[in-house]
Amino acid sequence: MQKEQILQAHKLLGKFDYQLGSLERGYSDRTLYVNLSTNEIAEKPVSLETKEKFIGGRGYGLKLLWDGVSGTTKWNDPENELIIAPGPVCGITQYPGTGKSYVVGLSPLTQTVMDSNVGGYFGPLLKFSGWDALEIQGKAERDVVVVIDGNLGTVRIEEAPLEEINSHLLIEQLTEIYADTEEDKANISVITAGDAAEHTLIGLLNFSFYDKSRQAVRIKQAGRGGFGTVFRDKKIKGIVVKFLGVKGNLNHPADIGVLNKTGIKLHKEIATLDDSQNKMRKIGTTYLMKIMNDYDILPVRNFKYGSDPEAVNLSSDAFCKYFNLTGHDGCWYGCTLSCAKVIESFKLKTGPYLGTEVIVDAPEYETIAGVGSVCGIFDPEFVIECNFYCDTYGIDTISFGTLMGFIMESYESGVINEEVTGGLQLNFGNSSAALEVLHQMGQGVGFGKIAGLGVRRMKQFFVDNYGADPSFLNDIGMEAKGLEFSEYVSKESLAQQGGYGLTNKGPQHDEAWLIFMDMVNNQLPTFEDKAEALHYFPMFRTWFSLLGLCKLPWNDISPANNRTTDEPAKIPEHVQNYLDLYTGVTGKQIDVKEMIRQSEVVYNFQRVFNLRMGFGTREHDRIPYRAMGPVTVEEYESRAERYDQQLQQFLNIDPSEKNSEEKVQILRNYREDQYQQLVDSVYHRRGWNKQGIPTLETVQRLGIDFNDLVQLIQEKSE
Amino acid sequence: MRKLLTKEELCTGCGACEQTCSQTYFKENNREKSTIRITDNEGIKITVCSQCGSCIDICSANAIYRDKSGVVRIKKDLCVGCLACVGFCPEGAMFQHNELLEPIKCVACGNCVKQCPTAAIALEK
Repeated sequence: MQKEQILQAHKLLGKFDYQLGSLERGYSDRTLYVNLSTNEIAEKPVSLETKEKFIGGRGYGLKLLWDGVSGTTKWNDPENELIIAPGPVCGITQYPGTGKSYVVGLSPLTQTVMDSNVGGYFGPLLKFSGWDALEIQGKAERDVVVVIDGNLGTVRIEEAPLEEINSHLLIEQLTEIYADTEEDKANISVITAGDAAEHTLIGLLNFSFYDKSRQAVRIKQAGRGGFGTVFRDKKIKGIVVKFLGVKGNLNHPADIGVLNKTGIKLHKEIATLDDSQNKMRKIGTTYLMKIMNDYDILPVRNFKYGSDPEAVNLSSDAFCKYFNLTGHDGCWYGCTLSCAKVIESFKLKTGPYLGTEVIVDAPEYETIAGVGSVCGIFDPEFVIECNFYCDTYGIDTISFGTLMGFIMESYESGVINEEVTGGLQLNFGNSSAALEVLHQMGQGVGFGKIAGLGVRRMKQFFVDNYGADPSFLNDIGMEAKGLEFSEYVSKESLAQQGGYGLTNKGPQHDEAWLIFMDMVNNQLPTFEDKAEALHYFPMFRTWFSLLGLCKLPWNDISPANNRTTDEPAKIPEHVQNYLDLYTGVTGKQIDVKEMIRQSEVVYNFQRVFNLRMGFGTREHDRIPYRAMGPVTVEEYESRAERYDQQLQQFLNIDPSEKNSEEKVQILRNYREDQYQQLVDSVYHRRGWNKQGIPTLETVQRLGIDFNDLVQLIQEKSE
Repeated sequence: MRKLLTKEELCTGCGACEQTCSQTYFKENNREKSTIRITDNEGIKITVCSQCGSCIDICSANAIYRDKSGVVRIKKDLCVGCLACVGFCPEGAMFQHNELLEPIKCVACGNCVKQCPTAAIALEK
């Protein structure tokens, strides 16, 4: 379809002219508000208090959302919001991993507040257009695009009936439509979802950027929590930002010399050490497949097992032959770690685009493990096909993989059958059936509609409609808080069980990944040690989300002398780099203690936000037993030597005197008790009461003792 | 291919090349803005671009290119100042100065060659 034809069908619903301005030390101190029900567009100032307490990024998103919704708001109510916020450091070009923005809103999966981080150029270009955050509320009657022009100073809501929905086509169309010339495409970033985001609860958002070398639009994903579903529920087809003139000083940093020096230092480190460390520049996060399989923590067949002989078929060697490298594949300028890989031409074998050669944002570890090993499918071309369709249909590969693993185990254990699946034989390993479910999600038909509800709702559906045993499904359904688990087996790491369970948004490893510290290196022997790690690391990683930073350049590359430092797991030199970047941009001197305190403010605010929405207490920090230990005899016996030895060592029980059923139960009692003890220790360390609610002392210490928040804590605390 | 050739054993470390370079491009005598650098740590070393072009691949803004005479050049209007090329230059010959938003490098103009009293640098054409 021609650009002119598409544009002619657009109808202007709302327009807003604003004063261009420059950022000052990383901030514009204003946010952009768009209401799709009323077509109101407005500018909101950011108060000094908000700036000091919430810092930016996820912090700003949470504050805006808190003010925009009530405790009874549902994800599909018009007052739910989608907030996209970079942070004060976001958009600098000198240091790898500084183009992240954070999406915040109420999630269809968890029914409460969610955050998801994403690369691509949208966040930086939004900032340079003059906005610390974009806040979208309301619902359009018909499909719209929102267009922000950061050079003209205009925001438009346009009805957009003719564009495609699926991302791989829509990103090209929107980039083409709003670019004045071929060169201008590099100044555009768009956000899109896809057909399956409409029909499932696991929708994601694709954030684009134009790849000059390939002359193609590429994408990165805000995957977790169902924001694509919210996006399509609001009848948003796309959000476009346009800004010409990116330079390294647009944040008007306090001291650009610090940014230059720190950035060059890390570029040099990556240039000299990446090849001998993780080879991120060549193989991206696929390097993790071998490590996880070797340490028995790669989720296989719905997390029953931690390794498989066939996993070698999904190794980095298997994938890198599909990758096309340019030497600069990062998702924002200056990211020389370049984890984002590209498959330039992949011929699709299934679905509506069968036979088409497409560009694929290549599979990362989570996708390979999720749609691959979790489903018992060890075929790289299946993984690539599935990855492409998940992206273009706008659904999260992690949730898709994890829920498909649950379906396959349910099918094999007789909970559901072919009658339920519409004839699909959803055994582990059946790649064509898995793809069929994915295409059904795209069309909103058949078993795909049930699968798209996610693990939590499927469990209830199977119980209500097919008489399934709820305790078995609760044991094997890899979800917590309503969100599907990301792709690590946490059975042998109690700290990682906490890293998944004691999260604000659900079991996603971006809060804490402690398996190696705990299980492999035994650096966290006591509950207090684990609790300290489950305080420090979630807070440290939260800080990335406030500033607009990516986690990967923190510890996927490390200085040559890191191992000789006091705390190698923290990568002290890189922590100092981040403090320097903060000072370089904002002019404020802070230390690690203050960094952690900044995060605690936002983290505790989010915890109380969960409380406000009817969650955020101890019962919601439960995780399925599959994440803690062997649910079935089959699982126990697959690692019998390990478990038998633990029964002897920790419980002084002679395994030869017990049968497997008894041993499963004894181990289970022990491990569940350990988890509860861990929960107590972590709550104590975080300044929460036994219910998991931040105490008044904690919120007072952090300066978030706002009246409504204090009242809520008092009401909910026993 | 046009590029600067060096003979470190002839260099006396007088700094005339650095002065000429910064004068030519920035109208000031400031070795920190020179694209050729002489250091003397247990022996004189001349650091200057060999026009190898590895910076071309590292640039995500497509701002670095090789011109017809083989010289690697930076298009300032396209450069976003990420400094990846500075960190990845195998010669350490891509330079950066905090007053400038883009990195600087030798374009083999030859002005320094004319000023060198000992013929420690030469221009290959």
